[in-house]
This record gives sequence, structure tokens and C-alpha cells, in this order.
Amino acid sequence: MKHFDVIVVGGGHAGSEAIHAACRYGLNAALVTLDKSKIGSMSCNPAIGGLGKGHLVREIDALDGIMGKAADVSGIQFRLLNRSKGPAVQGPRTQSDRQLYLKAIQKLLAKEKLTTIEGEVSGLLSKGGCVDGVTLFDGTEVYSRTVILTAGTFMRGVIHIGDQRVSAGRMGENAAKHLSGQMESLGAGFGRLKTGTPPRLNGNTINWDVLEVQPADDDPVMLSFLSQSPSVRQVSCGITHTNQNTHDIIQENLSKSAMYSGHIVGVGPRYCPSIEDKVTRFPDKKSHQIFLEPEGLKTNHIYPNGISTSLPETLQHQYVRSIVGLERVEVLQPGYAIEYDFMNPIGLSGDLETDLLGGLFLAGQINGTTGYEEAAAQGLVAAIGVAKKIKGVPEVKFDRSSSYIGVMIDDLTSRGASEPYRMFTSRAEFRLKLRADNADQRLTEQGWLSGCVSENRYKAFSEKFENLTACKRVLSDMSVSPNEARLAGIELGLDGRRRNGHELLAIPGVSVENIAELEPLLANWPKQIKKQAACEALYVTYIDRQRRDIEALAKDLGVEIPKNFNYSLVSGLSSEMISKLSLARPTSLGAAKNIEGVTPAALTAILLALKSAELKKVI
Amino acid sequence: MDTIFAQATASGRAGVSIIRLSGPQAFDITSNFCKVPPVGKPALRSVIDLDGGLIDRALLLCFGEGASFTGEKVVEFHVHGGLATVSKLLAELGKSNGCRMAKPGEFTRRALENGNLDLNQVEALSDLIDAETEMQRKQAMLVLGGQFSKKGKVWKENLLRGAALLEASIDFSDDEIPANLHLEVRRLIEATEISITSVLERSTIAFKIRDGFTVAIVGRPNVGKSTLLNSIAGRDVAITSHIAGTTRDVIEVRVDLDGLPVTFMDTAGLRDTNDDIESLGISMAYKKSKIADIKVFLVSDEKEKLLIAKKPSDIIVLNKADTRKSSGFSVSGKTGEGVSYLLNQIGKKLSQETMVDVAAIRERQFEGLTAANECLKKTKTFLDQDPLPYELASQELYFASTQLDFVFGKIDIESVLDEIFSSFCLGK
Repeated sequence: MKHFDVIVVGGGHAGSEAIHAACRYGLNAALVTLDKSKIGSMSCNPAIGGLGKGHLVREIDALDGIMGKAADVSGIQFRLLNRSKGPAVQGPRTQSDRQLYLKAIQKLLAKEKLTTIEGEVSGLLSKGGCVDGVTLFDGTEVYSRTVILTAGTFMRGVIHIGDQRVSAGRMGENAAKHLSGQMESLGAGFGRLKTGTPPRLNGNTINWDVLEVQPADDDPVMLSFLSQSPSVRQVSCGITHTNQNTHDIIQENLSKSAMYSGHIVGVGPRYCPSIEDKVTRFPDKKSHQIFLEPEGLKTNHIYPNGISTSLPETLQHQYVRSIVGLERVEVLQPGYAIEYDFMNPIGLSGDLETDLLGGLFLAGQINGTTGYEEAAAQGLVAAIGVAKKIKGVPEVKFDRSSSYIGVMIDDLTSRGASEPYRMFTSRAEFRLKLRADNADQRLTEQGWLSGCVSENRYKAFSEKFENLTACKRVLSDMSVSPNEARLAGIELGLDGRRRNGHELLAIPGVSVENIAELEPLLANWPKQIKKQAACEALYVTYIDRQRRDIEALAKDLGVEIPKNFNYSLVSGLSSEMISKLSLARPTSLGAAKNIEGVTPAALTAILLALKSAELKKVI
Repeated sequence: MDTIFAQATASGRAGVSIIRLSGPQAFDITSNFCKVPPVGKPALRSVIDLDGGLIDRALLLCFGEGASFTGEKVVEFHVHGGLATVSKLLAELGKSNGCRMAKPGEFTRRALENGNLDLNQVEALSDLIDAETEMQRKQAMLVLGGQFSKKGKVWKENLLRGAALLEASIDFSDDEIPANLHLEVRRLIEATEISITSVLERSTIAFKIRDGFTVAIVGRPNVGKSTLLNSIAGRDVAITSHIAGTTRDVIEVRVDLDGLPVTFMDTAGLRDTNDDIESLGISMAYKKSKIADIKVFLVSDEKEKLLIAKKPSDIIVLNKADTRKSSGFSVSGKTGEGVSYLLNQIGKKLSQETMVDVAAIRERQFEGLTAANECLKKTKTFLDQDPLPYELASQELYFASTQLDFVFGKIDIESVLDEIFSSFCLGK
């Protein structure tokens, strides 16, 4: 039997990204999935990107991942969120045609040399404390040096609709039942999480004429740095609202909802509440907005974003039809809640490797996250970890000050997940620097050196980077007096100070167009490059200030804490603090600082204990 | 780890001064100067410098590791408190390898780092050391009693709420978020800023309670300012004469008034003059009286025009009480008549001003709050702009929170998210 470098278990967003990255590194890789035809499926909302999430997709793309490309090829409604706010908090997003997205992923994977195996993984093989492959349900053994487990919602997945409970990983797909038990015997502590999805509607039975519409952007912004424009026709979404009648139906039947009847123990995401939650938690709100999102160009399936539910099917029909525009709607598939196993990611390595078995990596929802983008990013991180382990490739450094991926990995491994973890821009303390527009500047060079970035992309990036550098030099060389600036329409106090282009661009309301009047050389650069230079100028003072923060952070908090560090021996730590820290096992003082409730005094105590431990080692 | 040393007692002449040496090499370094006494047993030693000269006969006290204030090996040299003796020993210690002068607070810092004290204990200890007067003690007790922390809690809650509202506007702009959330943020920021400002203002007083107040005696030439100062001082510190313009420099006298340290300043008489030196003195008088907490205007006539603007806290008093029969408030430096009444009035005014209330009495707190307030001001400017740069407002607010963290402990992003989710129905 063939011995693979890596087996990726699962063909969702984490799995697809992981296997593709493994192939980019030239690893001998196999993908094990329950159903080949479902690789790249969007289980829930047919959209990619958004705030925080769009940033993740750009970072995946900067490392030559596939999510952004697939989203662009299948995108049917591109919208840049927060367009009216600053570039740091703008997030590209698109609705995707579900079928086109899945096809795009499968096409990208088909180009790579990989082995696809259909089947359920029922166990992990191990040898000497390290993973040695997987056993399939039919008894087949497949050997490999590493395994990336991306089980999504399939581990002991249970679907709830009203009081009905079905074992399943997604609607109509089997759950993976056997793996959890083995992992528990290895010492894994599983928790239960919950998520939900709304009923799917027949678009032909919706009265679109009475509904408000939300069109795609006129000036679409792509997810991938390599894409130029949408590939397919753009469509609009409809907008409608729940009303008092809807809320009454839900209120009266709450006890029939799986979630409110005590059948579900898993914790659900607060930022993606079911309609039952919305009505219960915010009784004063008279109506809730619903986006009616087409699932594709050639399908009549509509995804009503905002009303996920676990009420019984008949009641779903009833409340949906109480909504304006949906009076005669046909429900094609009921909404449901799904509960699944996750393993608290506290204590995973920065590469997402577990300490249950050497060479076992976990990525995606199994680590307590939610969302396609979060999953894909983890798949990529795990694959890079595998390549490091097997081929010793240079690492791609993911840390809080240089990528959203770093923020997520640090959050997961040092804080864990108590509810499904989703990315927000507010999680990134260095948000002004970690923008969707500069993800390539932050990561592509490292990816190239590490070996996961193709020559094609690296060339495109280098060209952009050279252009940008040259354009920035032109801006630096400018020297404009307040009087000259005024002639170009830039209001400046007559302070007699000459300013360069960057300084002018940092003034609120000053655009590249204003500056171009003052410096004819700027006409030589494409609009994109100039825009990029303007983005950087806008935040330069803040980024400088934050860089000092980062340096201070690195200096004070870069101190590493050994894995086996005994917190109970540190004098001055409360017992609560000791148990928190022992559980989280932060890898550095910086990671310890981010743990809730850890005070500066506690950090000082740890630092000192570390120093004295080191001293004793030396002596 | 360096071994550090510094004078532990106040600088200046004294019967005995203590020099403390702390660190891993404390005993080794001491052995260069004399035989090291056993731990815990005081011993008299001849301390000999590196050239063989006797520095002093001193009492030495050695503490073992884990049994000292800093938690390290410590040697205390109790020497005769002459300035020369102390500086000689400090200089000799400075010549030793691996040994250097301690930075301010470094002993305490080491005590903190070695787990001998926690941060709160350090502050409490420092308050205790600083408290000289009843006022100072009361002030410290307010901080120790948690009044300061209570304020901090309110500020942090305000900023947390503000951050949550801004973040909701950023991260959930696609949801149904009210468009005017920034107005509430602005109100929260402003309320916090005002509250911090008032604590900072009181801190100025708090520092004064520690460092002393100033009272300037001002008036026209020859009204008896210097005579009054001499009377307050109880000795002749200023030259007095019948010649107008005798006082040219500012002369200061420090006295203890109801437990408050007060410096009285005699200034040059205010008038137009062609004398260069006198006019220098006069401009100095203007300068000093400007920064004085209280001005005592010494006048010869109640209706006299004042040459410097009078603040409510200032006092007008008639001069030469011994020569007048009027019923007004008058003093005489010459006979001392009315002087104790004047001092009484000043004392009253200062204690009114020093009504003890919550203040940032520690430099760390003061700096943190001042910096936080700066950030809050900038946040407010951003909130007033159209279009509103949400990400910059949020960044400034984050900087402000970080500054407050520095003073009170951390605000966590998870608590910001908690606030968002408990306030808005989010999620499509």
C-alpha cells in the first residue's frame, strides 16, 4: 500500500484548501471524503467574504490558495462592504452560484496530482505516538506520515427539525460516527456546538414585485488579487422583513423548536442567531430584515438570509408565509439546526497540530470555528505545518500583528472557543495595518520563499510591488507648499511647511486625483497602484504608532513559555489564574497577556518565574 | 541580574544614612570593603576603600536571599550621615564590577518581580511612605479604599460601550444597525473625558499636598511686603528699608500651615522703573505671582487699583496695621498684628481647595489618565467628522482603553463582543 505524506480527511472548505496547498508544496497527498461529488460544497449561505472574512480570503489568496479564485469565478453579486468607511475596514464579499463554486473548486483540484478516496474514516492509525494513516469504515488502511482532519459538522453530527432528530453531517449526508470515540480514547475532550440554517425557498413562488432589491456594486471588487472582473452575470437580492404576525407564530410555538425544547445542548453562535433567538432575545424589535439571496443563476433556489430555524416543518411553512412577498412561497428544504463535536483548540500548536498524536492536524469547524473562510484559512495553515514537518520548508509566520490568520490562530490556540468562533475586524488590534488591500504585501513573499506560491502569482505580485515602490518614491519626492496645495484644491493652513505626497494624502478628504494635479509623473501609474499608495498614506501615522506598540509587545511579550511550565509554582498567581493558564498553555508571554483576566501583575510574576527558571538552568 | 545600590534614606545631612545594596553579588561586593557580617546579625565594620583608606565605621546588616525587601541578597550600610561620607561610599560601590546605581523605584520593582509584593501592595506601600500629613494620609486612603478604582470601573464601562457601538457599526454594517450610534459614543466619550479631567485637576492639588503650595506677597513698593515675610518666617530673611525698590529678587520661605507645606514668596514692588535690575525683579514678580496658588495683595488703601488680576482665592490686606485705626483687615509685619489671622485665612483657603476627593495621586495613574484623555479628545474630533472615519475613531478609543488598562487592568475584546451582542440583534 502506498504511503502518503499527508491524508486530508474531509472535502469541505478546510479540506479543499489543505489538499490544494499540500499539492502546491509537492507533497504526496490523498483526500478522503464521504462523497467526491460534494467536494467544495457550500453547506449554508452561498456567499464568500465579508468583514473580517474577506480579509481572510485575501490572505489565503495571497498564499495562492483557491477560495478567492473559486469565489470570483462563481460570483453573482459582488459587494464591497463598508465602502463608505476607510479601506482598513472594507471587506470584499460575493454571493456565489453554489454549483459554479463547487465546480470551480473541483476543477482547481483536478489540475493537481492528488489521490481522492471515497469513504468514511473510522479510525486513525498510529505508531509510536505518531499518526500512521487512517482506517476506512470498510476496513481499508491508508498510510501516511501526517493527517489533517477537517471533519466540519460531520463528527457525531445530529440534525434537529422540531422534535425530529437525524444523524447527519449535512442535510441528506451521513455523519461520521466512529472517529470521535477513538479520539476520546486518545484523550481528546470534545464539546458540542450548534449551528443552523434557514429553509430554502422556491424563487418562482416569491412575489418579487413588492420587494426592495439590493443590486451588486457597479464597480465590483474581486476576492482574488489575480482576478480582474466577474465571470458571470450579476444579480440582485431581494429584501423583506418579518412582522408581528411572524413573531407571534414563533412565540406561540417556541416549545416545539428543537432549540427551545431542551433537545440541543450545543452552544450556538451569537452572531448568527436563529429567528427563535432573535424574537426571544429582542422582544421589542418589531421586525427583522431578511435578504433573499439567489443560490445560483440557473436554479430557482433562494436562501433567505436571517431566518435560520429549528421549528417543525409545518410551522416553518406557516411563519415564512406570514412575511411580505412570501405569502405563497414553496419551501424546498426545511431549515434545521445541526449539533456536532468540536475539540477545544486551546493547546493546539501554531500549525494546528494536536498533542494527541504527532502528525495529526485539525482544521475548520472541528476546532470550534464557523464560516467557510475561517475553515479554509485553517486548512491552509495546517498544510503549511505539514510541509514544514515533512519537507522542512521555511515557515510562513502568522502572528497577530501581520495577518488575520495569525489573529485567528492565536485566539483559537490560546483562548479556545466557547461558542462558534467567527472572524471580525474588531478582533485584530492591528486592524489599520491588516487590510484586505495589502494581504499580498504581507504574505506573498513569505509564501514564495516557503514554496506554496506559484511563479505566476509571484511575478504578478513582484510587478505590483515594484510599481508601488516607485509610485511611493514619487510621492516622497514631492515638496508642496501650502499655497501650491491650495491651488490644487487642498485646504491647508499657511504654515509655510512643505509637504510630500504621503503627507498630503494623510489629510482627510485629499485624494490621489488632487495630488496628481501637483505631480504630472503620477499619471504614469495605474489607478490601482495609486489607490494602494493612498491607503497606506492614510494610516501611516497610526501604523507607526502601532509599530512601536508591536515592537514593545515583541520585546516584552515575545518571551517564550515552555510547554511544560508549571504555573502552580509561580508565587502570586491566584488559583483561578493558575487553572486558566494551565489549560490555555500560552506559548509566549504575549499569548498569556491575551487570556481574559490575566493582569499585568500576573504577567510580571510569570516573567520573573521564567527568568529565574532560566537562571537556574544556566547555573 | 545586576547588583544595584542607592541611598535608602533621604538625601542631605543626617545622623545616620543607610545605603542599600541588593542583588546576587551583594555579599561579594561587600567583601571588597570589609568582612561580611553573618546574615541577620548586625555588626560594626571598618569600611575600607579600594586604595586602603578608611571610608567610615559603619553598622552593616545582611539579609539572605528571600528574606529581604527585594527578595535578593541585601546589605545595608548604616554610615554617618555626612554628605561626603555617603557620596564616597556610593562612588566606591559604583567602581565594583556588575554593580550600578539603582534607578528610581528599582528596589521596589525587584520586590514586585520577585513576588515579594504585588502591584497593589507596592502602591499601598508607596502611599504609606509618601504620607507625611493628615491630608496625605486621607488622600492615600481614598485610593486604598477603592474609590479611585470605582471611578475607573465607570470609565472602563463607558469606553467598552463606546467601543462596542463603534465596532458594531464597523463589523455589522450589513445588519440592521442604527445609523446614529456615534451620537451615543460621543456622549459616553465626553462624559468620561470630563470625569477624568476633574480627577486630573484634583491630582494637581494632590501633587501640591505632596510637594507644597506657593503664596506670593505682591504690592506696590514700600508697602511692607518684606517686613511681612520676615514676620511670617519669624526671622530676618529679607532686607527691609524705607527705600522703595529694596527687594529685587524673589525671596522664598517655607512654612508648615495646618499640615500643608506652603512656600511664601516676597516679590519686588510693582512700579515703573528705569533701573534695569529692579525691572528684572518686577517681571520676575509678575511671573511668580502668576503661578502662585494664592496672592496676598498688600495695599495701603482698600480702593487701590490692583496691578495684577485678582483670582477668587487671592487675599487683599491693608498694610501697616500698627499705624492705622481702621476696622478693615490689616496686618503689620513690624508688630505682628494680624499676621496669624492672615495665616489662618490662607490655611482655610488652602484646605478648602484641598477638600480630599478621588485623585490620581500616583505618577503612573496621572500619566495614564492624561494620555487616555488625549486619545479621547482625538476620538471626539473623529466622531465630529463627516464622513466619520470609524476605524480611526475606534483606533483612538482603543489607544485610550490601553492607557486605562495601564492604570486599571485590561478591557478584553470578548467583553466588547458581549456588549455588542447584548445590545443588537445581529446576524442575517
